[in-house]
Amino acid sequence: MAHPHKSEQPQAYESDTAQLSDRLAFVDKFPSAARITRLSMGVSFTALTIGALLGIVQALHRTNVFRGVISSADYYSVLTGHGVLLALFFTIFFLTGIFTWGTSRSLGRELPSPRFSLVWFLLMLSGAVMTATAIFGGLVGQIPFSADVLYTFYAPLQAHPLFYAGLAAWLVGTWLAGADWIRAYYHWRQDNPGERIPLQMFMILTTMLMWYIATLGVAVEVVFFLLPLSLGLIESVDPLLTRTLFWFFGHPVVYFWLMPAYFAWYTVLPKLSGGRLFSDPLARVVFILFLILSTPVGFHHQYADPGVPEGFKFIAMTNTMFLLLPSFLTAFTVVASMEYGARQRGGTGYLGWLKALPWGNPAFAGCALAGIMFAAGGFSGIINAGMNINSLIHNTLWVPGHFHLTVGTASALTMMAISYWLYPQITGKRLQFYGIAQVQPYVWFIGMGLMSNAMHRAGLAGVPRRTAEPQYQQFDFMPVLGSMLEMRLQIAIGGSLLTLGAVMFVLVMAGTWLAERGRGRLRVDSHLPEPISGPSDSPRVLDNVRLWFVIAVVLVVIAYGFPIYSMVADGALNPAAPPFPV
Amino acid sequence: MHVHRFERLWLVAALAMIVLFIGTVTYGAVGAGYGMVDDTGGQVDPTDATASENFREPGVYNGSEPGHYDVYIEAKQFLFVPGTSDPVRVPANSTVTFHVTSTDVVHGFEVVGTNINTMAVPGQVATVTVEFDEPDEYGLVCNEYCGSGHHTMAGSLHVVPAAQFNQTEVN
Repeated sequence: MAHPHKSEQPQAYESDTAQLSDRLAFVDKFPSAARITRLSMGVSFTALTIGALLGIVQALHRTNVFRGVISSADYYSVLTGHGVLLALFFTIFFLTGIFTWGTSRSLGRELPSPRFSLVWFLLMLSGAVMTATAIFGGLVGQIPFSADVLYTFYAPLQAHPLFYAGLAAWLVGTWLAGADWIRAYYHWRQDNPGERIPLQMFMILTTMLMWYIATLGVAVEVVFFLLPLSLGLIESVDPLLTRTLFWFFGHPVVYFWLMPAYFAWYTVLPKLSGGRLFSDPLARVVFILFLILSTPVGFHHQYADPGVPEGFKFIAMTNTMFLLLPSFLTAFTVVASMEYGARQRGGTGYLGWLKALPWGNPAFAGCALAGIMFAAGGFSGIINAGMNINSLIHNTLWVPGHFHLTVGTASALTMMAISYWLYPQITGKRLQFYGIAQVQPYVWFIGMGLMSNAMHRAGLAGVPRRTAEPQYQQFDFMPVLGSMLEMRLQIAIGGSLLTLGAVMFVLVMAGTWLAERGRGRLRVDSHLPEPISGPSDSPRVLDNVRLWFVIAVVLVVIAYGFPIYSMVADGALNPAAPPFPV
Repeated sequence: MHVHRFERLWLVAALAMIVLFIGTVTYGAVGAGYGMVDDTGGQVDPTDATASENFREPGVYNGSEPGHYDVYIEAKQFLFVPGTSDPVRVPANSTVTFHVTSTDVVHGFEVVGTNINTMAVPGQVATVTVEFDEPDEYGLVCNEYCGSGHHTMAGSLHVVPAAQFNQTEVN
């Protein structure tokens, strides 16, 4: 069961590179890029470990299964830590790792300056450490820090300045990382005029351009409003304006979590299935759509906000619905590529081909199970996006039920699965505890199935999210389907399985990290076969990244220009709300 | 550029579905008359909401026509006023407009089991108009994190038979 795809790989694309890469791993060809990838992944997995342990504390506390670890007031420090460590640090340090690998691999060269790469990594790391210090200070009485503001840090709730300063430093680090990859691209372009942009590099470019647009909102919010407020330089802020700036960033960041998963599904998963990508041009179209549509949708997180005209909510809703398109296209291409792979491996029948897929290969199984969960998360997301039906589930447990399927499985499980394939290549070490790795994606899948379905149903009954004790004296929740007790138990059991899944993953990674180099074959084949339909038969305008960037900016101006102008016109700090706690 | 026939079909079907979804929301707004929370509630001073004509002393008021009521609710750490210490009382067979604001941090205002669900943002007044046909009792819950006592922030809303509703309860 260890690596069935090896022996059965069809002759057609058993190229020289495939045989060569068995002996020569990525780390041997590009030691500097491999080092940055390793460092990024190390921080990412550390954040995952801490965040997952906080997760089980919450799952047991909320459901009243066990409340012995923290008080209900401290629940919110734990929740802030869980959100920030997992949504920002686990995901985005993984992104900087895999994008560094992808840039180097697809351009066939090292990043321009190892020192510059180290600078952005260290800046991101020190920012993350500052922010985490501020959050965990809230759990220790003697330390005068706290940042119990959750992942969304809505003003006028206020955190210690260290929290905001850390976020700002971390954010600048991500900008420099993007600059590093773009610079590598320009060097490659000088040597290869007229060539199509390699697919992985194309994905990295569009994702980073989206990130530059989106992070503008949160950068302005933190640097001009929240950091000065927490330092006492200004006395008040306009809560609606700062919320709007947050969500300007808060939706596209979702795609920043998801794009590394899409990147893997398009460029690595087809090969893991035993085949190759169906269509390179459509992959480009999908990433262009994400660049264009990711940002002008933020108001769909503010459907329930006063002070935002209905028309702008409608524009955001329309853009959001069209954002379904790239995900639907991805579903098609990824499933088609998997089917192609399965048939290459001898699979037959309408659905019988599914049996021919390498379900015992953890890298494949994790990606495929993540994709299935993402389909479910996509459909619950359509409910969120529906402007009127959203009122039924806004800020209920439905919402975390939804995003634990998207970022918590589509992104997280894919990142873990791809690590099983990528980590040996960037360390030159054979993956350890292979048996644990083989089981791990299934543990995650079952845990999330239990937790997420119960969260969705509890949300339909009106149970709020983000609360330490969703049990009230004044009234009882009336579930539409199932009972409150059963949902609580599913959440507690599911949350425990998820933590177990995270620990299993980290064990495999730590074991591999500590293993000796050069013992045994790597058990992975790093060769990525060419797509069935290559870039050459697609219009060159797809590669005109500047054009797509300009269109994206224009759409953002249409969606946000007037609302932000009207919020700022009466004074950027009005209506003036003073901070809490003072 | 070659696009497989099935993929073209899939693309067209996905686009049709997207248009359908947008259509249902448009119908909800135009046909069924579902009004979103928007900017019609106006702004107030977060530190002194009642000083503005957009907000009144919290409580129940007679509306612009018979059978219509306005309910002004102040959300603050960790209370709804009215709602938490005394239930909000409105008669059945009435049209009620809730005017909700916050005087400290961001809160949520959710009537459990209904689609009355809005944010209470300092400086802004959220207005939601609903019809109550039958007498019933509902829970109120703050569904946005608002500080260390957030989980205690709840209340109740009683829709009472019209005969039991006393005009002296109206401000």
